Formats: sequence, C-alpha cells, structure tokens
Amino acid sequence: MNWMAIWSIYRFEMTRFFRTLFQSFLSPVLSTSLYFVVFGAAIGSRIDQVDGIDYGAFIVPGLIMLSVMTQSISNASFGIYFPKFIGTIYELLSAPVNFLEIVLGYVGAAATKALFIGFVILATATLFVDLTIAHPLAMVLFLLLTCLSFALMGFIIGIWAKNFEQLQLVPLLVVTPLVFLGGSFYSISMLPPIWQKITLFNPVVYLISGFRWSFFGTSDVPVGISLLAIGGFTALCLAVIWWIFKSGWRIRS
Amino acid sequence: MAAILSISDLRKSYEGGFEALKGVSLEIEEGEILALLGPNGAGKTTLISTVCGIITPSSGKVLVGGHCILDDFRAARSLIGLVPQEINLEPFEKVINSVRFSRGLFGKPKNDVLIEEILKKLSLWDKRNSQVKELSGGMKRRVLIAKALAHEPRVLFLDEPTAGVDVELRKDMWDVVRELKANGVTIILTTHYIEEAEAIADRVGVIADGQILLVKDKDDLMAQLGQKQLCVHLSTAIDTVPEALAPHGLALNGAGDALIYTYDTKAERTGITALLNDVAAAGLVLSDVSTRQSSLEDIFVGLVSGDKS
Repeated sequence: MNWMAIWSIYRFEMTRFFRTLFQSFLSPVLSTSLYFVVFGAAIGSRIDQVDGIDYGAFIVPGLIMLSVMTQSISNASFGIYFPKFIGTIYELLSAPVNFLEIVLGYVGAAATKALFIGFVILATATLFVDLTIAHPLAMVLFLLLTCLSFALMGFIIGIWAKNFEQLQLVPLLVVTPLVFLGGSFYSISMLPPIWQKITLFNPVVYLISGFRWSFFGTSDVPVGISLLAIGGFTALCLAVIWWIFKSGWRIRS
Repeated sequence: MAAILSISDLRKSYEGGFEALKGVSLEIEEGEILALLGPNGAGKTTLISTVCGIITPSSGKVLVGGHCILDDFRAARSLIGLVPQEINLEPFEKVINSVRFSRGLFGKPKNDVLIEEILKKLSLWDKRNSQVKELSGGMKRRVLIAKALAHEPRVLFLDEPTAGVDVELRKDMWDVVRELKANGVTIILTTHYIEEAEAIADRVGVIADGQILLVKDKDDLMAQLGQKQLCVHLSTAIDTVPEALAPHGLALNGAGDALIYTYDTKAERTGITALLNDVAAAGLVLSDVSTRQSSLEDIFVGLVSGDKS
C-alpha cells in the first residue's frame, strides 16, 4: 500500500475543507436550527410523543442523517469530479497508486468532513432539545459507516458525472427523497400498513432506524438488519468502484 | 548504454475505430534527451499518455527501467515524471503545497530541502505561498515542471513544455532541461519548435499519423543540415549540363536557366571556386548566384508530407 499517497490525497482534500471552514460550519448549524424552529417548535409542539420520545428529540437522528448523507455525497462527488473537470486527474492516473488508495484518500476525506458536520449538528441539537444517547459507541459506528458508504456513492457519482448538473442530479432526485421518505421526521409505524411494507424497500429506512436505535434504544427494524444493510451498501459501492478503475470507465481512455 | 524506456509495437485504437498509434517501437537510452517532433494529431501526446498510464494501450509492450507499465505499474510509474501539455493545476492551492502533494502521491516522504531547491531552480521560490491562480501562464508551466520533478523521476516527459512561452523563459527552460540531463535524468520532449530540438536534443524522432518515421542522432541530422546548395543562375537557358562540368555533379533546374551545386559547408574545400572557374571556361554567362541551406524543418516537413502522400 502507498500510505504516503493516501495521506497526501487526504490532506490535500482536507485543506480544501479548511479553506472554506466557515461556510462548512455555518451552513449545517443554520439549516439544523431552522429545522428545529419549524419542525421542533412550530409543528412539533402540536405532535405528541413518538414511540415515547419527545418529537423534538425524535427528529435529531433523522436530521443528522439527512445532512451527513448529503454532505458525504457532495464532498466525495465534488472531490473526484473537480480533478476531472480541471484536468489534474492526469496526476492521479500517472502516479503509482491503485484504486483502493485513491478511494481511501478521497472517500476518507469526504467522510471526515461529513462526520465533522454530523457532530456539529448533534452539538447544535443539544441547544434545542434534551438528548441522552443510549448507545454512544453504536451511534459513532453508525455515523461513521453512513459517512463512508455515502461518500463511496458520492465518489461513483463524481466519476459518472460529465458536468456540474449531473453532479447534483442524483443527490437531488434520488437521495433527498429517499432520506425524507426514510423516516427522518416520523416513525414508519405511523404510516398506513401498505406503506409500512413499501417503505422497507427504501435502504435509508434501515440506516435511520439503526441510528435512532443508538439514541433511544427503539427502532423500526432490527438493528442487526440495519447493520447488514449498511454493510451491503458499502460492499456494493466498493465493487462498483473496483470495476470503474479496472475498466477505466469515464476516467481512463 | 542501457535502454531506460523500451516501447515495442505499441498500438492504441479508440472505440470509434480511430487508430492513434500504429505500432510504435522506440528505445530510449538512459540520460539522453529525445525530441519528438510531429504535427498536430500525430500521436505525440497519446504516446506519452500511454507510457505514463493515462491511456490504456490496445496492444504492445512498454518497459520503464525494465518494469512493465501494466504488470508492474508501481515500479514503472515511480520512475516517470510528466509535464502535461495543458496547464492542469488546482487553482486555489498554494504553489508549495501543490508540489508537496505531487511528491507524496508518488509515495516519497516529505523533503522540504529538495522542494526548496526545485522551486528556486525554477524561480518559483518567491511565489511558493501564492495561490496557483495568481500566477502568470509561464509560471504555471514552471509549477507543472516542479510537480513532475518533486518525486525525483529518472525519466521526464515534457509535452510541449515551451508552447506559448516567451523566448527568455524558453531559454531558461532549456537550461533546466540541460541541468536535469547533467544529473542523469532521461528526457523525452515533444515540440513544434525545430530550434528547440536543435538546441537541446541528443536525438530527434519524427512521428506522424501514429507512426515513428525517423529517429536519428541530432548530430547526424545536423550533418545533413550542413549540406548547402549553390544556385548558379544563367543569362541564357541550356538543355543539358555541359560535359566539362560533369565532375561537379551539377543538376539543372526545370527551366534550364540555373545550375544547382550541392556541397558540404564543413568540408575543407567546398569546390565553389573551381566550379565558377569551370562555368566561365564553359562559356556560360552568369546572371546571379544564390545559396540555400536545408533546415531540420525542411527534413521534418519532407518526411511528414512524404508520409501523407
């Protein structure tokens, strides 16, 4: 393994993050605060407890997941798309690095940024609601795995995208709806029976459910299945990236 | 001397069927400078990109320092530095960080002494903390060279390094290239500038339509350049060269009003005096005399146009 190369890519990407630290920090704090004002205070005050949890606290895991997933995708997709766009990808392709090292560098950096934002949102949430985390280690594990798997997905989108519009297409048309319909703001037990079945086809349901379990000890689906789902999704993304580098699809002519 | 780069029957075809490289074979010795000349679309950049790993070859074999670029890509690529034709740089990064990144990418540990030396050599030290986007075009090109040198390559590819660069900077770059050669670095550069090949290359290769047409020692080519032609214009056209002038090996132009004499400028005797005396003795009246020297460009154009015909 070319560890030095992985570290170089990681550090280079993190430098970009630190250059825009203020925006990176301010944006999630502001949007989370808005969600709490609208859903927590304005609407949430009219909603009873969900699964025995105050609604304001109930939406915290979903809010964190929403930001973490979209941030992981956008960080990783931009991270690899930008070198393609400005032509600096030549350096990666001509360096003595394999696909795994490139992925570890870019995805590692994208996941770190998303993880940082996840913790910022968590800290912001504690300003609005009382929170106790039932399984802190499991919470960190779920967060980390979600950051990694969605950063891997973002990496694929970044390689696939031929322009900036395509870069936004999948996050906007696929990921955001799946996250909103994945139980970010409600328990799937609140849905009509038929929709309870249909929603199980949404992979995000398993992630949010598992993550919520780490906070409150209750979940829509068993935690083991949530872990299996996130592990399977990570493996699928890794397999796709392996194929991309083996075939050179959209990166090497 | 051993070949540091060995290319055998390298071919590259794209999906549309276009064949960019048609069986290129080339051996490059360690420590030499090879200038690759060719018109636009000849396959120069495809050849370089294939050797460096940016393009996957359709067939053929490339060994760098004895390492196959496909089977042993890490060892092969570690030996190579690439300065691309386009100015491809992360615009918001500081110069020094961009160069450090390149070194790290090739698995080399941090060495700020070396980075400082490279940046100073390329007159970039004062700009080390500037963002790349703040630099002039010439400076950006030097950053590309600094990045390529950061991991101490043994083979350096320069893809049109002086395109769009002013004369002074071009000569600075030639000095850098000569210094690298003195340090044992093998250099392959593509260029449109004949004078660049003349100034710094040990050998000159000509590529056109995906094929290498010629690879020759520059000195041999220069010897060909040493051939000069004297054109003796006659006041009255003639049908054949007079018998008395046969020993001079003259040619008659199409209109019959000029005798063409080819001679070696570096020879002890050019034979011009004897020729002119013999021309006068043959009763021919001169109207004018002119000379013409073929350039490397003439040879290049001749080869390329010959290939197309």
